Amino acid sequence: MTVRDVRDKLGAKVLAGENHLDEEVRSACGSDMMSDVLAFSKDHSVLLTGLCNPQVIRTAEMLDIVCIVFVRGKKPDEVYAFDGGGARNHYPVHRTSYVLGLWPAL
Amino acid sequence: MTDMITFHYRISPDDFTRAGEASSDVKSKLKKMGVTPEAVRKVAIAMYEGEINMVIHAQGGEITVNITTDRIEMILADVGPGIPDIDLAMQAGYSTAPDAVRSLGFGAGMGLPNMKNIRMRWISIRN
Repeated sequence: MTVRDVRDKLGAKVLAGENHLDEEVRSACGSDMMSDVLAFSKDHSVLLTGLCNPQVIRTAEMLDIVCIVFVRGKKPDEVYAFDGGGARNHYPVHRTSYVLGLWPAL
Repeated sequence: MTDMITFHYRISPDDFTRAGEASSDVKSKLKKMGVTPEAVRKVAIAMYEGEINMVIHAQGGEITVNITTDRIEMILADVGPGIPDIDLAMQAGYSTAPDAVRSLGFGAGMGLPNMKNIRMRWISIRN
């Protein structure tokens, strides 16, 4: 799967990082708690979250998260990431109206 | 004698917008030095968790990272009040973080357990 596939399946809008759409995605992590993301996310993951603040970007950057998808239509005030030299680069960020949840199969 | 490269960072207290800058810088430097991706990931997670703790709980401090060909050493020296019960603090889910910190996505009580669980060879917490 690619970031483009994730975007299409979620009906998401790309807020930043159009040039990352062909990157590979192997798993997904959904959480609003950043320590859970640090503990449990896998390589080449997409992060789905309703938490909108710069530390989400920072956490994703630490883990090389492929793309962040803000759920429930959430939109951050500013989309950015810091690299080691302090320069700002746009991190791949999408937005979907879907909510984050887990329901038992019927 | 093994050559050592040292990086030094000052961590400001309560400056959440800048929290993680030191960890991000170290991660970037390690990548450029050709350190393995697995090691970079472990260092990034451990240092980031520690740096966040320094900002949230410990009034900031200083981080020193020493790198040689066979080890990466991170010394996180805060200026906070200390941890009364380290064993309790190491329990997953135990947290003293205020609500304002939890609303930012931190304070779940997983920081120290995460640092321990990434299986670094040696971790020491001292008051």
